[in-house]
Amino acid sequence: MTKFLEVKNLSVSFPTEDGLVKASNDVSYSVDLGKTLAIVGESGSGKSVSNLAIMGLHNRATTQISGSAFLNLDESPIDVISAPEETVRRLRGKVMSMIFQDPMSALHPYFSVGNQIAEAWSLYNEGSKRDGMKRATEMLDLVGIPSAADRVKDFPHQFSGGMRQRVMIAMALVNNPKLLIADEPTTALDVTVQSQILKLIQEIQKEFNMAVILITHDLGVVAEVADNVCVMYGGKIVETSAIDEIFYRSQHPYTTALLESIPRVDQFGSHRLKAISGQPPSLIGLPKGCSFAPRCQFVSHVSGNRCTTEDPELTEKAKDHFARCFLSTEQIHSLTGRNVKA
Amino acid sequence: MLKYVTRRLLYTAILLLIVSFTIFYIFDLIPVDPARLICSKQCTPDLVEANRHRLGLDVSVLEQWWRFIQGLFQGRTYGEGGVEDIYCGAPSFGYSFNRHECVSTIIADVFPTTLSLTIGAFVLWLSVGVSLGVLAARKKGKFADRASNVFVLVGTSLPTFITGILVVLFIVLKFHLVNPLELGDWKNPITDPIGWLRTFFFPCATLALAYAATYTRFTRSNVLEISSEDYIRTARAKGLSEKVILRKHTLRAALAPIVTIAGLDFAGLLGGAIITEGIFGLSGLGKLSLKAVLETYDLPIIVATTLVGSAFVVIMNLIVDVAYAYLDPRVRT
Repeated sequence: MTKFLEVKNLSVSFPTEDGLVKASNDVSYSVDLGKTLAIVGESGSGKSVSNLAIMGLHNRATTQISGSAFLNLDESPIDVISAPEETVRRLRGKVMSMIFQDPMSALHPYFSVGNQIAEAWSLYNEGSKRDGMKRATEMLDLVGIPSAADRVKDFPHQFSGGMRQRVMIAMALVNNPKLLIADEPTTALDVTVQSQILKLIQEIQKEFNMAVILITHDLGVVAEVADNVCVMYGGKIVETSAIDEIFYRSQHPYTTALLESIPRVDQFGSHRLKAISGQPPSLIGLPKGCSFAPRCQFVSHVSGNRCTTEDPELTEKAKDHFARCFLSTEQIHSLTGRNVKA
Repeated sequence: MLKYVTRRLLYTAILLLIVSFTIFYIFDLIPVDPARLICSKQCTPDLVEANRHRLGLDVSVLEQWWRFIQGLFQGRTYGEGGVEDIYCGAPSFGYSFNRHECVSTIIADVFPTTLSLTIGAFVLWLSVGVSLGVLAARKKGKFADRASNVFVLVGTSLPTFITGILVVLFIVLKFHLVNPLELGDWKNPITDPIGWLRTFFFPCATLALAYAATYTRFTRSNVLEISSEDYIRTARAKGLSEKVILRKHTLRAALAPIVTIAGLDFAGLLGGAIITEGIFGLSGLGKLSLKAVLETYDLPIIVATTLVGSAFVVIMNLIVDVAYAYLDPRVRT
């Protein structure tokens, strides 16, 4: 069965003065309409890059890119990686939209929010400026901006951070796209606003039956909204599965370590959070072997230095649950004590 | 917006009053006595005193300044109430006893030259500077960028008096594109546009060169900076074409600060471009004030040209601020 977006073996790298940065390495994932895929990872794990490439927002002149990303549209599937620039541009804002991390800087300070939304609308719809503003007001209303009709002519600086992110969402959704890529949409917002924005995205997703890719470093966010999860480390996917599998039966030491570093309200007392020691690897000239090996506490449990000499393949450990680790399911669960009955 | 403009207008009026008084005060401090200067060889203390009275210098600075301000609005009579009295109509900037003319008439005579030079140069440097800057930014690192960089280096390192002399040497004396005898002749741009171009094109180009170079640099760096802003990525994510992104989103933000410096540079030149006027023999405000300061110490002219020059800056400042508020909604408060 084909899903709406199917990314296969996507590698993105760009040359810098220090060498070739392999930001995204042989990444494959898919997401279907109405579903949410969360891509989780630390800063610099390459989680945004592959999605920018899908949107065609990477620098075409300098970026080296291989693999494919098929959008299975009603008419015919399109590979947005190999498609001409102009074709991809015509899909942006119409079939696929993106919202960004910092709503403070993502809106043009010189144009009213209505103007900016109407501009996106008028790209793909026939209509007067007034129709555009009317549509913008509807969208602002939809994303929960109070008295939208009065605020449509206001400028971005007159809105709070959360409200600006709502404006961004309104702008991204004005042409009813089928795919929404949200690149850390709540990172720059405070916690109460974060959950409002996530709820909003979920509601709109249900209403319009969209595929959503949520890029985040916040596992709390993932738990709230995702159907499937990809955990990325060092430009590669290290684990991917359905949401419950990841949280209750994670198969990769990195995912486990991430989960242990989250504060939990149900654990009281002098319980200390575990930090992952060391630094994430540089994406220039990755070391041989598993990228996580230098920080992994279980390296000694794999025989013959395999972790530092050989890069593990992404293998299916359980049904639809892939992980990039030499340890067997039994080994890792006994080492981490994680196999909670959901 | 209206409230903002009204407030700024009020501030500007107050500022102009302060500026004009400061100018009067400064010239009062200078230990040159104009009453003595215009006194003939058989000078007596009585004559100096009489001159001082005629020039209106026998009252306090404050009084002098107040009479001047009144004269601006009502016109003013110069002399001692005798037959020789001269009336200069509003706006009266004073009377030059040296040239026996109302200063407003003298300024009105030379101002078209200064205005021609300034507007011509302004249009040239703005169009060349901005388009070259945008081109360099779009072709960053490529040939066009490097070529514009050479232009910037040459333009900024050549002082106007060198460029001017080179232009006169080659264009006028060697290639005879302009008749040296016609150099500096005032031509009316409406009745004789070709003649006007002949007189003003090369002076304007000379003056514009240095400005065009800095504007190229400024535009280039602004466009590059704005191009990497998040909101430009947003515009791209919407599906806008590169052309629309550049013209609507990038340039709007990149050129707003250029409005500010362009307005002030323009105003500065309206006060007179001394070097360019000198080289091309143009009689504009710059030459007028230079002569008044160095040769005749014609105080009314000096005060008037200084005041006119600073008034342009102050007023242009107002225009720039209002324009900026129109361009950047964050400024409107």
